[in-house]
Amino acid sequence: MLTKKQAKIFFLGGTLLFALIFLGLSYDTVVSGLPANTHPENITEEVLLGRTIWDDKNCMGCHTIMGEGAYYAPELTKVYDRRGPDYIKAAVNFKNGGWAPNGRHMVEYNFTDKEAEGLVAFFKWVGEMNLNGFPAEPTIK
Amino acid sequence: MKYKSQKIAYYFFGLSMLLLTLQIVYGFIMGFAHMGYDGLHGLIPFNTASAVHKNLLVVWILSGFMGSAYYIIPEEAEREIISPKLAMLQFWALAIVGVIAIAGFHVGWWEGRKFLEIPRELDFLVAIDVVGFILLILLTLLKGKKQTTTAWVLTMGLAAAGLLYLPGMIFFDNLSMDSFFRWWVVHLWVEGVWELIMGGILAFLLIKLTGVDREIIEKWLYLIVGLTFLSGILGTGHHYYFTGVPEYWLLIGGIFSALEPLAFLGMTIFALQMYRKGNKKHPNKLAVTWTLSTAIVSFLGAGLLGLAHTLPQVNLHTHGTLITASHGHLAFWGAYGSLVFAMISYAMPQMTGRKIYDNRTGHLAYWLSNIGMLGMSISFAVAGIVQVYIERLSGKDFMIAANATKPHFFVLIICATLFSIGITYFIINFIKFGLPTDEALRTDDDYEALNN
Ligand code: HEM
Ligand code: HEM
Ligand SMILES: [Fe+2]
Repeated sequence: MLTKKQAKIFFLGGTLLFALIFLGLSYDTVVSGLPANTHPENITEEVLLGRTIWDDKNCMGCHTIMGEGAYYAPELTKVYDRRGPDYIKAAVNFKNGGWAPNGRHMVEYNFTDKEAEGLVAFFKWVGEMNLNGFPAEPTIK
Repeated sequence: MKYKSQKIAYYFFGLSMLLLTLQIVYGFIMGFAHMGYDGLHGLIPFNTASAVHKNLLVVWILSGFMGSAYYIIPEEAEREIISPKLAMLQFWALAIVGVIAIAGFHVGWWEGRKFLEIPRELDFLVAIDVVGFILLILLTLLKGKKQTTTAWVLTMGLAAAGLLYLPGMIFFDNLSMDSFFRWWVVHLWVEGVWELIMGGILAFLLIKLTGVDREIIEKWLYLIVGLTFLSGILGTGHHYYFTGVPEYWLLIGGIFSALEPLAFLGMTIFALQMYRKGNKKHPNKLAVTWTLSTAIVSFLGAGLLGLAHTLPQVNLHTHGTLITASHGHLAFWGAYGSLVFAMISYAMPQMTGRKIYDNRTGHLAYWLSNIGMLGMSISFAVAGIVQVYIERLSGKDFMIAANATKPHFFVLIICATLFSIGITYFIINFIKFGLPTDEALRTDDDYEALNN
């Protein structure tokens, strides 16, 4: 059977090898692959404002985007296509305690017009990414 | 217990139990919200509860790891912690930063980045605290009489975990890039360096509890952590599939993440084999139970439930649904929650001198918490299947799926109640042990424990 020394070499060698491959692939992704899929040139001031709000308000604490986040509220990757700008603006600025479709409460944000536009622009930008086929088209009719 | 400074572990374990209790409270808030009862929304909206639940989880586990290290390293290195005073300072710093972070989440002081919601200003304090901890452990090890493999693996795991926190602190305009590096923290923690910590702690426990020769145990340890990195590093790809990366991650992430369960299977076989081989049966039955349970339930939660949705063809449909939550709960509980419980069950009698080895409360704690968590995981999984069918496969509105899963959350709450009763029993035992004391210092305690 394997000796302890051989086991150690397996551990150190394997770790080094796969860490290097991982770093190489990450480099390729960060400098070319990811930008090609996500259109960073379209990240305008407006998109960035929306992106900042997304972060500041922890929208990911209820929703998912690109399938990441929490599962209390709808997936928002394609919300721009699905609902359009007016619906989005109405949802985030719903008065009297915030929006509550089906009894699930969203926070009442009272964003300025500019901020609401920023969110819309952000969702539009996310919706245009190439996400390798996510979300999939429904298969059951 | 052989060294006075091992007692420091007690404070970290206590903090761990306190934060776990709070985590559960926020879990209930979210469980009820999913059922349609979100009466607390005005005070604690779902996203606050969710940030608190996930961060308390990370902090109680880390606190458990730190406590384990303060207990294990002196014993392995055969010397006191180099500065018990600084170690206690490090403890209080961790506790205070933790409390501030959790309080901040209630007033919107956070970043919307799952599991890493702690704002950057506080991140720096966390980083300093962790560096201090790592230095204390590392210097103790280096100045010790012995540097065992077990101690090295544990220390390297902790140091790497600290280092990997850093990529999570960078801000990117591009959401996709942000997510890319967030996984360097979250995935490379739980499916990478935390497994080193897990392997180190399990090896220590098995050496103490089974009496099997250290050389054999440590050879296994190398093999297992070797498998971990062989599969887990490139396995990061299973979080990249649909986040704006090139397509090759589907192939690479799929293949390597599908190999990850091997490392967990390795831990299971390793622990069971050592237990069977062991000629000495340690009287601390509770510690033995939790140790073997860690090795088994981690394979179920991380290995099997992970494998269930890790191939890109499957993940395309289950990505970001309650299926993920099912796996997340059993994996975290089975691997890291149970591990901290095993270490506490082993170390507490040593530090306090009170031999709670085999009592009814302890066994009830074990069974109720595990049956409860298994039930929760099944409830999430069934709800997840319903959600995938309605929302993803049939293309109906999210809210239709959400309404359909309410009954499953009712079952979840019942299972969560069982789980919480189990945790309560565990904490009752924890309190019964009382405070650690120097009177528990005996150089021959393991020998004695094995022979009474
Ligand atoms: C009584 C106990 C608990 C209840 C009722 C509970 C409930 C929940 C709920 C409802 C969510 C949110 C799912 C969503 O995003 O909509 C959640 C998330 C989570 N909880 Fe718990 N939880 C409990 C205990 C625990 C424990 C003990 C652990 C770890 C050992 C844990 C780990 C997690 C994790 C990792 C997530 C994030 C899952 C994901 O987003 O995929 N929870 N929990
Ligand atoms: C102890 C080890 C593990 C822990 C604590 C753990 C925990 C988690 C958590 C909390 C998530 C949710 C992350 C998020 O969406 O923010 C997750 C996702 C995931 N895990 Fe694990 N995991 C472990 C091991 C594994 C293993 C070994 C596999 C594969 C065989 C695996 C496969 C996955 C997959 C595919 C996802 C993505 C789910 C999605 O697309 O929504 N996990 N895991
Ligand atoms: Fe992962």
